[in-house]
Amino acid sequence: MTQSLTGYERYAADFEALEGMEPPNGSAWLRGVRREALAAFRRLGFPAERRGNERWKYTNVAPIARSTFAYPFDVDMDAVTEAFLRQQGPWSDDWARLVFVDGRFSALLSTTFDGDDGLRLVNIGAALHKDGGGVRQHLGKLAQSGDGFTAVNTAFLGDGALVEAPDDTTCERPVHLVFVSSGASPDRVSYPRALVLAGRNSRLTLVESYVGPGDGRYFTNAVTEIVAQEGSGVEHYRYMTEGAGAFHVGSSYVRLGRGSSFRSTSFGRGARIARNGLSVLLDAPGASCVLKGLYYTTGSEHVDNHIDVDHAGPGASSDQYFKGILDGSSKAVFSGRVLVRPNAQKTYARQADKNVVLSDGARINTKPSLEIYADDVQCFHGATAGAVAGDAIFYMRSRGMDEETARSLFVHGFASEIIDSIELPALRSHLDRMFSVGPPGGG
Amino acid sequence: MLEIHNLRVSVEDTEILRGVSLAVGEGEVHAVMGPNGSGKSTLANVIAGRPGYEVTGGDVLYDGQSLLEVMPDERARRGIFLAFQYPVELPGVRNRQFLKSALDAVRVYQGREELSAREFDKLLREKVRETGLDPDLVKRSVNEGFSGGEKKRSEMLQMAVLDPRLALLDETDSGLDIDALRLVAAGVNRRRSPDRAIVLVTHYQRILSFVVPDFVHVLLDGRIVQSGGRELALELEEKGYEWLRDGATAGDR
Repeated sequence: MTQSLTGYERYAADFEALEGMEPPNGSAWLRGVRREALAAFRRLGFPAERRGNERWKYTNVAPIARSTFAYPFDVDMDAVTEAFLRQQGPWSDDWARLVFVDGRFSALLSTTFDGDDGLRLVNIGAALHKDGGGVRQHLGKLAQSGDGFTAVNTAFLGDGALVEAPDDTTCERPVHLVFVSSGASPDRVSYPRALVLAGRNSRLTLVESYVGPGDGRYFTNAVTEIVAQEGSGVEHYRYMTEGAGAFHVGSSYVRLGRGSSFRSTSFGRGARIARNGLSVLLDAPGASCVLKGLYYTTGSEHVDNHIDVDHAGPGASSDQYFKGILDGSSKAVFSGRVLVRPNAQKTYARQADKNVVLSDGARINTKPSLEIYADDVQCFHGATAGAVAGDAIFYMRSRGMDEETARSLFVHGFASEIIDSIELPALRSHLDRMFSVGPPGGG
Repeated sequence: MLEIHNLRVSVEDTEILRGVSLAVGEGEVHAVMGPNGSGKSTLANVIAGRPGYEVTGGDVLYDGQSLLEVMPDERARRGIFLAFQYPVELPGVRNRQFLKSALDAVRVYQGREELSAREFDKLLREKVRETGLDPDLVKRSVNEGFSGGEKKRSEMLQMAVLDPRLALLDETDSGLDIDALRLVAAGVNRRRSPDRAIVLVTHYQRILSFVVPDFVHVLLDGRIVQSGGRELALELEEKGYEWLRDGATAGDR
């Protein structure tokens, strides 16, 4: 029956099936949001056009649009264990966490908080039914500006992470959102979703992890919305290592209030096609963001970081610094736009991307861009499109190190500038291991 | 120790070395001199195994075995060291880790044990003192943000730690002030011993006042046109290279 459905038909059929499973007394609000989003998805489709499609110029999503991914109606929640998660990504027992398997909330693997320690960390699906107010006010609002990927995620809105730091609260405990794919067949799509609300003058540290099995073909289509209210500070990390046959599209939307600060670092490895889309809106004075990234591609992987920063208010600052390491015949893309609107005087904006290429077959497309409509601003951009590592590798080999040790030391050295700035020891040591096989003898 | 036979080398189809022969024995210090573009650096780099050079004829023997098919890391482990004319910056790679990884690789190849962290640190302290390098630089990333002179001294530190049998110094003296030059020269002189050899590749005679070579060779247009003792360097200082070029051209005809 539905097995023969392809692409878009499959999404529509799964949508109907999901809606049919909702209880009759389910949230009318939720049903409305989903239907509207499905209509938007029908209209927008996946951004696979090859012409005039600036936002996806170097990443062709036709392989995603052409494929058939089934909604995971049946998730074997026991397929993923804590031991597996500890291996796959960063982990600390001190972190509060919500775990989602193929997008489905796992109560067993999660540690929810409902106001204890000043933190609210619950499944969004449950929160919507309980007290929709605050959640409804924000859920899907920032994401409304999104493309077809975001729309179809919203169309299948169900489980997800709600992270709430109340006003004037410092959440000491870092929050870890783990979205793991089971890789079970048939090829499936999951819709990770997170809504993060940092109240006035609150402090919050957040880690998002997207992990999956090394093989298998699946599609992770994630949406995160972060609202940082006046005077708040959000420390954010996004960690992605999907399998080599996986597709990952992440769309994050951030809005920064007056005097708030958002510091985000993303790590991307693996995946046949991976996209890390981040849109930050600074529409209040004195807001600031520091956006860093580190990506490492091998084999025939493709990783695309697309960062949009919208300076819509005056006196805000944004600083982007991304570093990439490319090997094999992989491809990486760094693009995006910093928009400084006419009233955004006294803006500070910097955009920088540095890459090293370890092999002849790897390609980087880097295209930072600044669009400035205000006159009293300080804006910079720079990109080094791919210094070839050959001289460095030869230098190290001429001192006796074999090629593997030389490459490993070099890669770790290049990455360490970003890794060393991580403030969470458990995440830092995980990445240190990931970016280094370590020299023989340690020392 | 090192025998070069009629070596011909091209870079991107341009012939740089056009039949170079040279023999370096244990305990000897040789200076290879010549103007810019004569092929000096090419010679040093080919011996170290740098990619991008095509050997079109001849051979390079080390301890009687051809080096040409040997990987650069194995050449280093067998005791060959090239001090780079332009040492490479390695952001984020700490000097200590770099040096320990290198020394471990060399020692293991030579059938010796890796040094413990404590033994290594002791050795490193000693060599840093000898080299006259600022100990704070050693804590930083390899060559990153170093001045030209610091980079050259850092090369000397690497040489001292790795203790090679054959050291090739590619214009290590260029760009150094007199104090730095003395330090570098002292480091080279410390290495003189009956079982080691040193090849200094240089444009100027200057360093040869501090490191007195046993043999001096003049490389011009890819050929060694003259060999002699220390006095040849002094003669070059006085007369330049042009008189030899005339001689070389005449000899060709």
